[in-house]
Amino acid sequence: MTIAKVAAYARNSAHESASRWIPKPRGCKGMATRTRPAPNVVASTPIALNGGEAVAYALRQIEPEIVAAYPITPQTLIIEKFAEYFADGLVRTEFIAVESEHAALSACIGASAAGARAVTATAGPGLALMFEMLGVTSGMRLPVVMHLCTRALSAPLNILGDHSDAMAMRETGWVMMSGASPQEAYDQAIVAHVIAENSAVRLPFANLIDGFAVTHAVERVDVLPDHAVKGFVGEYNPERSLLDLERPVTFGSMDTRDDYFEHKRQQQAALKAAGPVAMHALNRFAEVSGRRYDLVECYRLNDAEIGLVVMGSLDGQVRVAVDAARESGIKAGALRIRLLRPFPAPLVIAALSHLTVVGVLDRAIGFGSAGNPLYAEVAASLYHQPARPGLKSFVYGLGGRPTGHGSLMSAISELESIRTAGRTEPTTTYLGLKQ
Amino acid sequence: MISLVTLKLQQLTLRPDGLSGGHGLCAGCAESVVVRQVVFALENPAVVSLATGCLEVATTRFPDTAWRVPVIHSAFENAASTASGIEAAYKALVRKARIEPRKFTIVVFAGDGATYDIGLQWLSGALERGHRFVYICLNNEGYMNTGIQRSGATFAGTWTTTTPAGRAVHGKPQWRKDLTAIVAAHGIPYVAQAAVHNWKDLLAKVRRAEAATGPSFVNVLAPCNRGWRHEPEETMAISRLAVETGFWPLYEVVDGAWRLTGASRKSKPVTDYFKAQGRFRHLLAPGAEKQVDEIQARVDAEWQALIARCAAFKPPPLEGGGLGAGDSKVPPPSNSLLPEAGVSGEGVTDGSE
Ligand SMILES: Cc1ncc(C[n+]2csc(CCOP(=O)(O)OP(=O)(O)O)c2C)c(N)n1
Ligand code: SF4
Ligand SMILES: [Mg+2]
Repeated sequence: MTIAKVAAYARNSAHESASRWIPKPRGCKGMATRTRPAPNVVASTPIALNGGEAVAYALRQIEPEIVAAYPITPQTLIIEKFAEYFADGLVRTEFIAVESEHAALSACIGASAAGARAVTATAGPGLALMFEMLGVTSGMRLPVVMHLCTRALSAPLNILGDHSDAMAMRETGWVMMSGASPQEAYDQAIVAHVIAENSAVRLPFANLIDGFAVTHAVERVDVLPDHAVKGFVGEYNPERSLLDLERPVTFGSMDTRDDYFEHKRQQQAALKAAGPVAMHALNRFAEVSGRRYDLVECYRLNDAEIGLVVMGSLDGQVRVAVDAARESGIKAGALRIRLLRPFPAPLVIAALSHLTVVGVLDRAIGFGSAGNPLYAEVAASLYHQPARPGLKSFVYGLGGRPTGHGSLMSAISELESIRTAGRTEPTTTYLGLKQ
Repeated sequence: MISLVTLKLQQLTLRPDGLSGGHGLCAGCAESVVVRQVVFALENPAVVSLATGCLEVATTRFPDTAWRVPVIHSAFENAASTASGIEAAYKALVRKARIEPRKFTIVVFAGDGATYDIGLQWLSGALERGHRFVYICLNNEGYMNTGIQRSGATFAGTWTTTTPAGRAVHGKPQWRKDLTAIVAAHGIPYVAQAAVHNWKDLLAKVRRAEAATGPSFVNVLAPCNRGWRHEPEETMAISRLAVETGFWPLYEVVDGAWRLTGASRKSKPVTDYFKAQGRFRHLLAPGAEKQVDEIQARVDAEWQALIARCAAFKPPPLEGGGLGAGDSKVPPPSNSLLPEAGVSGEGVTDGSE
């Protein structure tokens, strides 16, 4: 008997040239175009929601076939709210209250391979328990969406926010996008599916929502009408499905040394393709919602000499500190990283190359590494530039430690003194650490 | 649909085959035999969730696949959760009118390591949630794919590479866990033990598992000649011996009612089983008598306990009261392929060919 040949399900023709990110990266000037006329904008309704409820609200509107999750602080807000929608018959979703996070992602994998849109949500230790399945999801090219309410990793046990979990996830092949407010958590929850399911991408997507600072913060959230959300995300129609009984397919094959390398290379190309795809999806979303987002968000960088790089909800405070520094004559600016994976290096280069000193704010420690996580990303991005700023690493806010205005002002003055002294030291400053 | 009542071996060959030849399982391996029999037995087309193990690595080597039905392998421990995702996806896709309703049966194939040990939580969770699938445990009493290590299914005294027969410790010190009973304790509609040599019994059980309206579980003894140290052509004989010596009683639990199935019987001493396999060689050496006696005593005790358990469930009275057939979520055991067993299991033939 012959052995049936299967088509490789992991083919894609995406390539990764930097020019596909944006037509021509030119500093931040071209990026911060928030005033573009948007004729097709659908009116949103303002309501008060915390970040967790905002994500649940988006999930009700998207109505994925599967939501599979296991409770963990600070993610519980999402699944409790969604369980109410489910119990009230407002969604046709199958809500699977599984017995662990590993099982949650496993169920999403089975569901996604069966042609369904599958969503999970977790935080810190739950993500750590899922770890094995993170690579399985991306390696099988399944566009599962996860809402990751970023939380510290144990031990010591700590339920509060930092980015240790998200940073540990970086090498697992997921698209990762970070928001800074309940509004962004909501908007990104919608855009997530469009990016993940794009035929050039077909990769899982993590929506990073800062634990407590965003998940539990009640703010005004402008929500789109249900039909606008449904219209924007459309339906998931994969090429192959386990439920296609006439065309049986084998998912999750074993690779020998003959093919594994090639499959991983294809996966890399697909993840790189997610950059331009994400930018396009955010632009399309802006046309519908009137809310425009970039993969990196620049603040007062054009004429700046020093800059701070940040990811997530600290951005607002960083901008306040930048304004205060400007008032005292320091030419400061800030860059927020929205897209963590694929890391938008061309945009980071365009935004930062002209500065003298850049401080990178990490909410995680890169234990024993040559640079803390975000710092290392920024350093690697800038390395090949003929002229590049000096770099300085800051760590802040581990395990929910608040970062005050004073800490950020001290970081800015440290950058300013590095600038005037003309040299950087490869040391890390821990902001707000008790002495 | 082929009625099981009239099912003949020849007719089986006309059923769609789930697996093609050319896979990489060892000659004499029971796993492919079980898989093909299971897919033969199903009334509906199968959609398969595989756990990591010999079966998976030997049948899905890219770019080939030996599977003629849709298959997903995700990881070692989570085949049951993967299956629950498939089941839930189907329900939601139909509810949203995204696909037409269709008939199919989700089957999980997982080894004893994947089932008794690393995947027990995933299995238990899926059973408790009540996802409808047929879970087949391919039980070869060890982690064979990684080189014959002990599992929770490995019998006391067995040599494996992590329980060697040393001078101080003679094979696995611990008794195996009674996983079939643990699964039955979940209160799912159908649970059974079967063995590869008794194809009629296995096929009938798979049919009944498929017909159950909730999760169902069949623990199938599947000798591994590499790990058990016997010749490839002896696989069926060894499997039969496991039943005859009481190591592997055949029974089913239908809606909580326990019953031996016809081929169960215990008529031979455990040493007959030991003599047939190299993994027990050290138990036949002088000095091992006490260990063997202890094993015999426990096998006897478990057999008596099983008989008592089954005796507690008398066949339902024809009218009213007790566990009436009308209450059952599974069709009553009226199948002629299951020769009616006396409680002792005496005087019946197993259906092996
Ligand atoms: C998380 C994890 N741990 C360990 C392994 C290594 N591993 C692969 S298969 C296997 C044993 C499989 O045993 P079993 O489930 O009984 O199947 P068999 O090969 O015996 O049919 C082990 C330990 C793995 N793949 N994943
Ligand atoms: S090692 Fe055993 S279980 Fe694995 S393929 Fe060979 S005979 Fe089968
Ligand atoms: Mg095994």
